[in-house]
Amino acid sequence: MTTLAPDVPAAVESVEAVRAARRRPRRRLLLVWAGLALATVAAFLARVLLGDFTFTIPDAVRIVLGEEIPAVSFILMETKLPRAVLAVLVGLALGVAGAIFQGVLRNPLASPDIIGVAMGASAAACFAIIELGQEGVSVALWGAAGALMMAAVVRLAGGSGSQLVLVGVGATVALQALVQYLFTRADEYDAHIALRWLTGSVGEATWSQIRLVVVGLLVLLPLTAMLAKSLGIAELGPDFATGLGVGPRRTDLVLLMAVLLVALAVAVAGPVSFVAFLSGPIARALNGGRRTLVGAGLTGALIVVAAEYPADYLFTDVNYPVGVITGAVGAPFLLWLLASGRTGRSAR
Amino acid sequence: MTAILTSVETSRLRAAGLSLGYAERSVVHDLDLALPDGEVTVIVGANGCGKSTLLRGLARLLKPAQGAVLLDGRSIHEQPSREVARTLGLLPQNPVAPEGLTVVDLVGRGRHPHHGRFRRWSASDDAAVARALELTDAVDLAHRPVDELSGGQRQRVWIAMALAQETDLLLLDEPTTYLDVAHQVEVLDLLVDLNAARGATVVMVLHDLNLAGRYADHLVALREGAVVAAGRPSEVVTPALVREVFGLEAQVVVDPVSRTPLVVPIGRHHRRSEATAVPNVADAT
Repeated sequence: MTTLAPDVPAAVESVEAVRAARRRPRRRLLLVWAGLALATVAAFLARVLLGDFTFTIPDAVRIVLGEEIPAVSFILMETKLPRAVLAVLVGLALGVAGAIFQGVLRNPLASPDIIGVAMGASAAACFAIIELGQEGVSVALWGAAGALMMAAVVRLAGGSGSQLVLVGVGATVALQALVQYLFTRADEYDAHIALRWLTGSVGEATWSQIRLVVVGLLVLLPLTAMLAKSLGIAELGPDFATGLGVGPRRTDLVLLMAVLLVALAVAVAGPVSFVAFLSGPIARALNGGRRTLVGAGLTGALIVVAAEYPADYLFTDVNYPVGVITGAVGAPFLLWLLASGRTGRSAR
Repeated sequence: MTAILTSVETSRLRAAGLSLGYAERSVVHDLDLALPDGEVTVIVGANGCGKSTLLRGLARLLKPAQGAVLLDGRSIHEQPSREVARTLGLLPQNPVAPEGLTVVDLVGRGRHPHHGRFRRWSASDDAAVARALELTDAVDLAHRPVDELSGGQRQRVWIAMALAQETDLLLLDEPTTYLDVAHQVEVLDLLVDLNAARGATVVMVLHDLNLAGRYADHLVALREGAVVAAGRPSEVVTPALVREVFGLEAQVVVDPVSRTPLVVPIGRHHRRSEATAVPNVADAT
């Protein structure tokens, strides 16, 4: 080891080595972002233009620009386009939120769908539909409130470590029992509507929902970006974070952003299964093991919009909620994650 | 006690009537302690004596049940956390890096307290990180993911991160755990270098009494959450102290290399050597 002269500035070569080492992962990050963005656009176009009614690009452009083509305009503007747009927005919100949870709580299992936040939304919405006979916007508010409440409960009861994950899983099971009880009391019509709140769906997307989500994201995403640096510190663990000036309150503020993103997504689409859980780890794997919030958001968008296609067309007679597809993909991924031992902190 | 009292007035970091605990269990009671500026202070004591708790308290990771930790005369909990982080660095026990993070990225996070909300990464940050890596001999590791490094390399990188924070005071909780003896000495040498070069105040918890005696300017011995002795190791470390703090019978001889006190434990199976102060000579006759 070098002995120290009194504090002298760093050698030029060392500074160069630092700059080079900082640049290297950045190139890959840009590639990952670009790749995911392109894939999302491609999946979006496929979702909008293909399927049981195929549009040509010029037709689609003309319709979007306002030209009225009888019957055809309706299919594009009132079903396919809003569904695809909402899928992208919801995926974006869930992807970013999941990656924040997993980063701050330093555990890939600690995503909102595993630790009960999504289940909180489901239970609250089912309660509102079945017991209170609510519908529409009021159910959405119940769902969002349920997500926020569960997040607060799990945080208060579970602290901020692996304990939180256990508390969250326990709470999920308890809420599941509640939902099942509610279903035994529901009539067929309510049960059908409530079901959407268990898996998540963008099937009934409307432009007013989209406006709500866009406004929400325009507020939340910049705030999240401002707090992203604190996230980088928080993921070093509570002790280091405090030592570097990021106290527990600021860490909770970062988590709050994630909870609000989940609540926003859930309010319009329900808890789309496993999107928050999958996006972070997938983006991380693409990025050579390093976390990327933007990448996670894009991955979430890609997952939901891509899952929309099979959800709609896989079986000709059934139109599945998109959450059925993401859940079917997510469950094996969860098993793999548990089996490969990546849930501890000893990853790799 | 006189040594403590004289430095109380001038020390930048001190504890005044400090009590610390977890939930219902009180660990440190009504403790007064001053950490001498510009010196290496080592806190020692038996398992569960509260030495890590004390360090965590000094680093504001624990809120005092009573009393206060004073940094530059003001309670550390009442100062903005980020401001404190520019003065006081901390290396907790067994740190774990986020998956995939490279060494430069990790060490760079030590710069966080120096960034405002809008002040971004600058050339001075590059220089600070480079210097921290030079000091810990880790420039060659700059591009490597932290989780691929060996235990010794990893600990050097964590220390580099604490150095990049460029604080006048540095607190370390058992910085040598899990390191082999060569790496232990390497890390402690580095900290003494740092103390000498920057005049940084270093406060650490160590398990090994002999390394503590060798590297400390100021030794603090704790027992059941109270200070039993504090001062120069050569004045403080005696068989009586080792008995009181660790409940261990021992001889204290002079370390042939560093001329600091060296504790030689006796234990149940080696009673005989207790009879004479210089066993080697006795055996020869």
